[in-house]
Parts: sequence; C-alpha cells; structure tokens
Amino acid sequence: MSNLFPLRVRGAKTLRRGLSLVGPVDLDLDENSTCVVIGPNGSGKTSLLTLLHGTARLSSGSIDWACGTQEARHHQAFVFQQPVMLRRTVEDNIAYPLTLRGTPKAKARRQAGIWARRVGLDAMLSRQATVLSGGERQKLALARALIASPRLVFLDEPCASLDGRATREIEKILTDARAAGTQLILSTHDMGQARRLADQVVFLLNGKVHECSPAKSFFTAPATPEARAFLNGDIVE
Amino acid sequence: MADLWAGLSQAFWLVLTFDAELMEISARSLQVTLGALIIACMIAMPLAALLAVRRFRLRRAVIAVLNALMGLPPVVVGLIVYVMLSRSGPFGVLGLLFTPTAMVIAQVIIIVPLIASIAHQSLRDLWQEYHDLLISMNVTQWQKMRTLLWDARRALLTAALAGFGRAIGEVGAIMIVGGNIDQATRVLTTAIALETGRGDFALALALGFVLIGLAVTVNLAMHWLSRTEREGRW
Ligand SMILES: Nc1ncnc2c1ncn2[C@@H]1O[C@H](COP(=O)(O)OP(=O)(O)O)[C@@H](O)[C@H]1O
Ligand SMILES: [Mg+2]
Repeated sequence: MSNLFPLRVRGAKTLRRGLSLVGPVDLDLDENSTCVVIGPNGSGKTSLLTLLHGTARLSSGSIDWACGTQEARHHQAFVFQQPVMLRRTVEDNIAYPLTLRGTPKAKARRQAGIWARRVGLDAMLSRQATVLSGGERQKLALARALIASPRLVFLDEPCASLDGRATREIEKILTDARAAGTQLILSTHDMGQARRLADQVVFLLNGKVHECSPAKSFFTAPATPEARAFLNGDIVE
Repeated sequence: MADLWAGLSQAFWLVLTFDAELMEISARSLQVTLGALIIACMIAMPLAALLAVRRFRLRRAVIAVLNALMGLPPVVVGLIVYVMLSRSGPFGVLGLLFTPTAMVIAQVIIIVPLIASIAHQSLRDLWQEYHDLLISMNVTQWQKMRTLLWDARRALLTAALAGFGRAIGEVGAIMIVGGNIDQATRVLTTAIALETGRGDFALALALGFVLIGLAVTVNLAMHWLSRTEREGRW
C-alpha cells in the first residue's frame, strides 16, 4: 500500500477573487499523528482543510503527498461542518461510497448496518436522512466517511453545534477510527477537544499558520502571545 | 338543450358498454402518448442532469433554447415534422407520415423541452445541495447524474406528469402528421375534433369523458406512487 504521509506543504495559498482566503502555508505532517487546526472564526480553518483535501484550488505553492495527489485523493474522506444529507435513507447514505465503488448491494447494506451500529444509528436505518438531528447527521457523515476505510479523514468542526454527550460519542468514534489506522486532520474551536485529540496543533490566524507545534509544547508553552491569548479564551485579532 | 341531454346520456351509455370504437381510440391515444412520454423522458432527464452538473460553453444557450422551445406552438411542430416526413422531405423514404410513429415523433418534440426545463430546475437545486459532498468524493460525471436523477425522482415524476398532460391533450400537431385516419391514427383528441365537426355530440362527449378520465387516472396513479415512496416503500 502506498503511503500518503509525510505530507509536505510549501507556500500553499488559495485565492478567491484576488483575495487570499488562506496561506501562504508551510506545513509538514507525519504518519500517525492527529493534526488539529485551531483558530478564531474566519481564520481560514475550513479553507485550509479543503485546500489540503484538494477541493479548493491551489493558487500557488505546493502540496505534496508521498504517493502523489491523484492517489492520495482516493484515500481521503471529508466531513463537512454542516454534513450534506443525501435525500435517501440513513442506510443508503452510509452505503453511498460503497455504491459508488460498485460494491454488491447486499454487501454494501451489511457494511452500512455495521457502521450504523458503531455510530449508534442502527435504530434509524430506514429513516430518511433529511429528518435527522444535528448530532445524528454528524454521526451519519462520520459513518459515511469511514465506511470505505480511507487512510485519512478531514473533519471540519465536527462537534461545533453539539452538546457534551454527542461530542463525547463522536470523539469515541474518532479515537476508534484512529486506532484502526485512519489518520485524522480536524479543525475545532473547542480547546478541550483539541487537547484530547491532538498530537500536532496548527494555530491559524488571519489565514496564516501562526504556530505549528506538537500538542504537548503548544498547550504547555505556546510560543507566541497570540496563541497564549487564544488558549486563555481571550479575543485575538 | 335537448340535444345536449340526449348526447350526454348516449355518451354515458357508450362509456359504460365499453363501445368497441371508443375503446380502440382510447387505447391508441394512451399508446401514442405513453410511447412519446417514455422516449421524451429518456432524452430530457439525462439532458437536464447534464445541464445541472456540467459547466460547458453552450450551457446557457441550451437552457435558453429549451425554454424558448417550451412555448413552441404544436401546430408548427406538426408542420415541421410533416415537411420532414413527407415523400419529398429528407426522411420521406421511411414512409412514416400518417402513422402512429409520426405522431410519437411530434409529441416527443413538443414535450422534451417542457420535461427537460422542469427537471433541470429541481436537479439544479439538488446539485447545489450535493455539490460539496460529491466533489469531495471524486465521483465521475456519470455518477453525479445518476445520483441526482435518483434522489430527485419525485420531482422528476412531476415533470413527467406535466409532459403527459401536454401530450395527451395535444391535437394540432397530431392531426397534421397523423392525418386522423380511422383505425390507424385516430386518437381521442382528433376524434373529438372530427365528431364535433360532424355534429355527433354523443360520441364527442363520450370521447371527452374518456380523455379526462385517462388524464386524471394517470395523475392519481403517479401521485399514489410518490406517496408510497414518501412512506419509504421504494
Ligand atoms: N467562497 C468564499 N468566497 C469569499 N470569501 C470566502 C469564501 N469562503 C471563505 N471566505 C472567507 O475566507 C475567510 C476564511 O474562512 P473559513 O476558512 O471558512 O474560516 P473558518 O473555517 O476558520 O471560520 C473568511 O474571512 C471568509 O469570509
Ligand atoms: Mg469553518
């Protein structure tokens, strides 16, 4: 199996109508380390994730996956902050990535059942996905992202609008996935979540990587005053 | 007034006794219209899906043309198809003029723009919703179209119904290319026109009842289908 990591990002930048949404970004990510992107609202967390994922256009700079961009794309999944619900049943939503790959229907359903149980949606397999609550939608999106066993999953503020219990459930699913060999890159503005999950922290400010360091050193001794202020819950600009 | 009552009662009698001629004409109507509807859907639905997911250079132009064609007078469509199929026309050798096939062709031309336009609107909205997810999943053009068409199937049913309604009630084009030939190309609408002209109000009214009945039945059947779907049975 080809490897996605190490990932090398050099001077990557994405523009929208001449304005820089995020970047230039320099970043090195290694295997088996969960990367958590933090930063205030509008600092470019979503833009950075989509840029790395390859759905936002790279205007300049480079993003090099160990196995090449094309190959890397096939081993990634993305969970949006507001997950898209296909107008299908929960079961068909979860099974969708397998359907795309031409997996036989019976097998896809079986797999969807297994994943629904893992994320706690097995009671609502035949329900229309569009009626699910916010937490259930996140869980569905997670199951749908994980079912095709990607090597890497991006998660954009996966628990932004969820209560503590749903957050805990989702973090459990994430740590399980990580144990099963799926690497995670997620953004969050919940510092508790960042502390619980991060091996590596990327602190964004105004579209720039302000600080990128191992979680331990970031949380115990942030290098910059802005990072310190952000960790203290102060407003940073 | 007496004429009308006599005609009405006679009409009911014709319908209730399954009058042979009435049945034959009705069956042909349904056959031609359903045939045209199936062919039109096979053209219009993929076209609508393609217009929704793909940004090609002539996209706007195609949409504008479709919208314009929706307002095309059926009589003119009939005329054009007639010229194409007539002995001296480019497709004259096929010998299709005054056959049910010619009528199907005319109806297809009339309802494709209608079905495609309505379908395109709902598919475009759905595409807005699905865009990020499908792009992220790296799906092929073909898979995008299939996903949209399947998930919008209820809205597409409505588009198809609109096409059916337009086709089954159409008379001008059908009359020109079919010729309203007894036992060959006579359908409900052309028969009504003929019988009314001849003064046989009973038959004309009976034909009218059947026409309305067919339109209503097909609509109800499709709505019933979409309701069972909402309850998750298919
Ligand atoms: N499609 C877009 N067009 C123009 N500006 C955008 C677009 N998407 C995001 N932005 C801007 O880019 C900046 C970063 O946004 P985003 O990456 O969503 O931040 P975050 O996820 O950290 O809240 C914001 O100022 C936002 O307004
Ligand atoms: Mg965001």
